[in-house]
Amino acid sequence: MENLNKLRFELRQDVLDMIYRAKTGHIGGDFSVMDILVTLYYRQLNVAPDRTQDPDRDRFVLSKGHSVEALYAVLCSKGFFPKSDLLTYSQYMSKYIGHPNNKISGIEMNSGSLGHGLSVSVGMALAGRMDQRSYRVYVVMGDGELAEGSVWEGAMAAGHYKLDNLCAVVDRNRLQISGCTEDVMAHDSQDERWASFGWHVLHAEGNNLDSLNNAFETAKTLKGKPTVIIADTTKGYGVSFIENQAGWHHRVPTEEEYQKATEELKKRGEANE
Amino acid sequence: MNKIPNRQAICELLIERANTDKDIVVLCSDSRGSASMTPYVEAHPDQFVEVGIAEQSLVSVAAGLARCGKKAFAASPACFLSTRSMEQAKVDVAYSNTNVTLIGISGGVSYGALGMTHHSAQDIATMASIPNMRVYIPSDRHQTRCLVDALLQDEKPAYIRVGRNPVEDVYEEGQVPFVMDQATVLSEGEDIAIVACGEMVKPAQEAVAALKEKGISATLLDMYCVKPIDQDAVIRAAERAKAVITIEEHTYIGGLGSMVAQIVSANCPKKVVNLALPDAPVITGVSKQVFDYYGLNAEGIVKTAEKLLAE
Repeated sequence: MENLNKLRFELRQDVLDMIYRAKTGHIGGDFSVMDILVTLYYRQLNVAPDRTQDPDRDRFVLSKGHSVEALYAVLCSKGFFPKSDLLTYSQYMSKYIGHPNNKISGIEMNSGSLGHGLSVSVGMALAGRMDQRSYRVYVVMGDGELAEGSVWEGAMAAGHYKLDNLCAVVDRNRLQISGCTEDVMAHDSQDERWASFGWHVLHAEGNNLDSLNNAFETAKTLKGKPTVIIADTTKGYGVSFIENQAGWHHRVPTEEEYQKATEELKKRGEANE
Repeated sequence: MNKIPNRQAICELLIERANTDKDIVVLCSDSRGSASMTPYVEAHPDQFVEVGIAEQSLVSVAAGLARCGKKAFAASPACFLSTRSMEQAKVDVAYSNTNVTLIGISGGVSYGALGMTHHSAQDIATMASIPNMRVYIPSDRHQTRCLVDALLQDEKPAYIRVGRNPVEDVYEEGQVPFVMDQATVLSEGEDIAIVACGEMVKPAQEAVAALKEKGISATLLDMYCVKPIDQDAVIRAAERAKAVITIEEHTYIGGLGSMVAQIVSANCPKKVVNLALPDAPVITGVSKQVFDYYGLNAEGIVKTAEKLLAE
């Protein structure tokens, strides 16, 4: 197996490079969600660059679209587009904009406005059931995103239709742009909320690849209901001075911070974290 | 008098087409009755999705289905579809370019006395301003059928608005001069050009007849394709006329009239008068009472035409 621990920090370096170069991006959420994406793309999803329209491919929707830099880094590493494309991120006339769009190989749906992805995924899961296809549908939401009422419209529909081919992940880093999620708008208890909408609820250490992978494996065995994985993550995971700081939601590092972050990412990639 | 509302015409066509096209999926938001879709649900329960009273989810779920190869038709009252779920229409349908047709039922002031919450006098403005969203307002049941059949042939986003009540036929069954995205020229004349859509086409047709008796000849365009609007047809009609009248069941802001005025002013400047609803909650009444109050009828067109020609 590839050295995914090293990879997940290298991909964070790609994110750091993109954001430092473009002077824009959402580094905190990117680093938070990266291990969820690595687990999905390297250990779970049945997707490949040479069959992006395969009707049997798994579907993935990044509902927290502002973490697109992390998705770009992962898709690029999987060969969906060349690494030189990352240099164009947020540049004049580039298609690699600050939120996902499906002009880019490997991206299913445009997102960026929060609260859309879950209902879109419900439609994808319903289509799979109608056509008796065995693909699974995965959607990643942010925890702050859960304040959007439309999330719960989707949650209701998924529960109603018992969509066990649908797996949602909540990137539960407990921070949003204005501060702690529980201060801005309380979201606990996640377990009770999702369960009351007819979902299986699993927990994972959201920056631990094995813990995440175990949860995804378990989700596949759970029938009769959709599954949500509450992934307890650390916002900014990978660089200690970025971790758990609401101010790093979309801050751009200075040159000094960039160098420091680069050193730490290298060190942590080499360590067996 | 025809007893079949346009929404029922859509249902009947989709029932027929879904017999052989298993990718057709209809979605409703507790709106199957209002949309006249109950017979469809009974005929094709496996090609139907109910989302409950949740218009945002309605549109997003439709987009997800479409991204997986389905031809999604989401039917919900136009008032909610064009405002509550406008963002889903923008992001999940238009921007994501999914094969979703949004069917706004009971559009305009169809719901009469139910008030402004239930009126969609702004849906052209909201929907047409979204890039990659097309807007269609058919005039009668026969044209509605042609339109939906044409939409089944492409894979692009669209919004259709139909009214709640049966409207008199403009066309004869089996003889609809329908060309996708081209205005239907119902009459040609030299004095006045009239551009109408939806339920306003029939009174405009009556106005043309009344004007003819007064010795005034008019061109009448049935602009069911509000977007992409048939610009060439507007220019051709305006060039030969002395003035242009538009009529629509929509606020005068950002509707058919605004679009026609933009085209005429840029290409063949003439006076353009918009007969439309006001920028205010409309009076209480059934559709006809509302139309009559605001001059959205044959008489209103005739008076406007005479005034313009006397200037």
